[in-house]
Amino acid sequence: MTAPDISDMAPLLAEERGPLRLEIEDFNTEYAAVLDAQEMKRWPTFFTGDAFYRITARENFDEGLPVGLVWLEGEAMFLDRVAAIENTMVFAPRYLRHYITNVNVVGANAAGLISAEANYLVVETLMEDETKIFQAGCYKDLFVRGEDGDLKLKSRDCIYDSLLIPNDMAFPV
Amino acid sequence: MPDTPFIQDGSNSGMLDDLCWPDDDLTRIPDWIYTSKAILERERERIFLGKCWNYVALEAEFDEIGSFKRSYVGDVPVIVTRNDEDEWKVFENRCAHRGVEFCRESRGKAKEFICPYHHWTYDISGKLIAVPFRRGDKGKGGMPEDFNMEEYNPRQFRVARRNGVVFATLSDATETLEEYLGPETLEQFDVVFSGRELKVLGYYRNRLSGNWKLYHENLKDPYHATLLHVYLATFRLMVAGQKSAMICDAVGRHATAASAKDDSIEIDDRMVDEMKGAFRVGMDLNDEDFTRYVPEFDSPWTVTMSTIWPNLIVQRELNTLGIRHIVPRGPHALDMYWTMFGYVGDTEEMTKHRMKQGNLMGPSGYLGVDDNEAIKFLQDGFKRSIPSEGVVKLDPEKEGGTDTLISEASIRSLYRHYREVMGL
Repeated sequence: MTAPDISDMAPLLAEERGPLRLEIEDFNTEYAAVLDAQEMKRWPTFFTGDAFYRITARENFDEGLPVGLVWLEGEAMFLDRVAAIENTMVFAPRYLRHYITNVNVVGANAAGLISAEANYLVVETLMEDETKIFQAGCYKDLFVRGEDGDLKLKSRDCIYDSLLIPNDMAFPV
Repeated sequence: MPDTPFIQDGSNSGMLDDLCWPDDDLTRIPDWIYTSKAILERERERIFLGKCWNYVALEAEFDEIGSFKRSYVGDVPVIVTRNDEDEWKVFENRCAHRGVEFCRESRGKAKEFICPYHHWTYDISGKLIAVPFRRGDKGKGGMPEDFNMEEYNPRQFRVARRNGVVFATLSDATETLEEYLGPETLEQFDVVFSGRELKVLGYYRNRLSGNWKLYHENLKDPYHATLLHVYLATFRLMVAGQKSAMICDAVGRHATAASAKDDSIEIDDRMVDEMKGAFRVGMDLNDEDFTRYVPEFDSPWTVTMSTIWPNLIVQRELNTLGIRHIVPRGPHALDMYWTMFGYVGDTEEMTKHRMKQGNLMGPSGYLGVDDNEAIKFLQDGFKRSIPSEGVVKLDPEKEGGTDTLISEASIRSLYRHYREVMGL
């Protein structure tokens, strides 16, 4: 699609990588807290206005297939996903808890893009069922710094190992 | 998932002979057809392994000779292959020796399949070609003298293909695929599968917490479309009063729910009131391009959802296209295997449009989530409440096809056929 050019992505020095990893961990912690609280209106604020977001099975990623369970490009699509979750989609109430770990800063490029990865785990509780692991996967991210210097996601690819989704997936990860 | 003894599962422990359709009445559906293991076993024997053509694969998944795919006929694991003579083969994925499901990869390329346990070996056409130490070792052990490998081939299915879609049947008595589909279903099938070469865009899988027949019913039930799916009405993809139809075959087992998006319909106060909570006043899409239909089909309909008995749904919603392959998992669950596709020669922009509209359907779809949840809510009802029956009385004069959304006529035609085949 319109993937940014990251061919000049280069690894960072250890003294740059350490602080950046902590900064991304803080970012992901806040991101997880927003999803845990289901504060959906805040979710698009983690992304740039032109961001790309996709949730896809590992088999698709490995074979280079483009589909996503959720496939969003640009703020308008993010806002429409949020509006659908909040107003039109019909689903039973649930608690979801997100665990984001193993942050790895892959590198950065001349245009200021930062490539990073993390593992994620989502635990789901339906009101009258036992708590279960809903999804295990990893993020492949591109971050940029906004005008205020804060990190924003330019792209987040959520690649899940848990190929067989239990019933459905009402919320993003 | 562990079976915990305190969970009610509604399973009917009685024998099939004790099960009797209430008053022989097609407007009533007993809960036990969704909860009984004995029913599911008879469905396997009489429907999936009976006189039916089952979807197993798309040809586009087999880019060369020697390609294979794991698949299912009902809940029976099979392997689909394209052999060295470029013939299509479908055979059971079960070693004749001890029952091992020997092919473990979803898709790939192979010269032969070797069962990992004792290395019994099958060629790409599914023929048993080697049994190690068949004659024993140093005169000891081995198979009996009269052991004949030809008697131990996996069960072979007959194969039919049409415009890139591969079907299988176990029965010698099944009519041709074209006769099986019937002219009405064939016409809709050929809109999507017109001979244009398909391009696979990816896969999803989800396990729905409901009986497999509920998925067919869901798509034969246009009544729910404008009520459950708040999204459809709110964003004008489908509203009562727009041109729509349920197109059935003569037998009553297949159906196509068809509708044409019509932006000119005024949603007045009376309709908002009738739809209860199903219409959100004053909501607009931020991305207006999302629901745009790019004309690409020779069809008056912008959406057709074809349920092809017993295990295939062909999804054409605007420009998002997909196969949904039903695999029953006991009475209370089904696995849905989704194969999303476009066509060879699609522009990059068209592929992107298909990806965007993919948000409508699937396990996270704006419409998909609603259906998956509703099917679970149904099964929860069958499992947890006192066993009873459902009511399907809408549009009472009709059975099969109809031209109103407010109808259950094609659910009734399905169950007329189902009861005949099942002897219920």
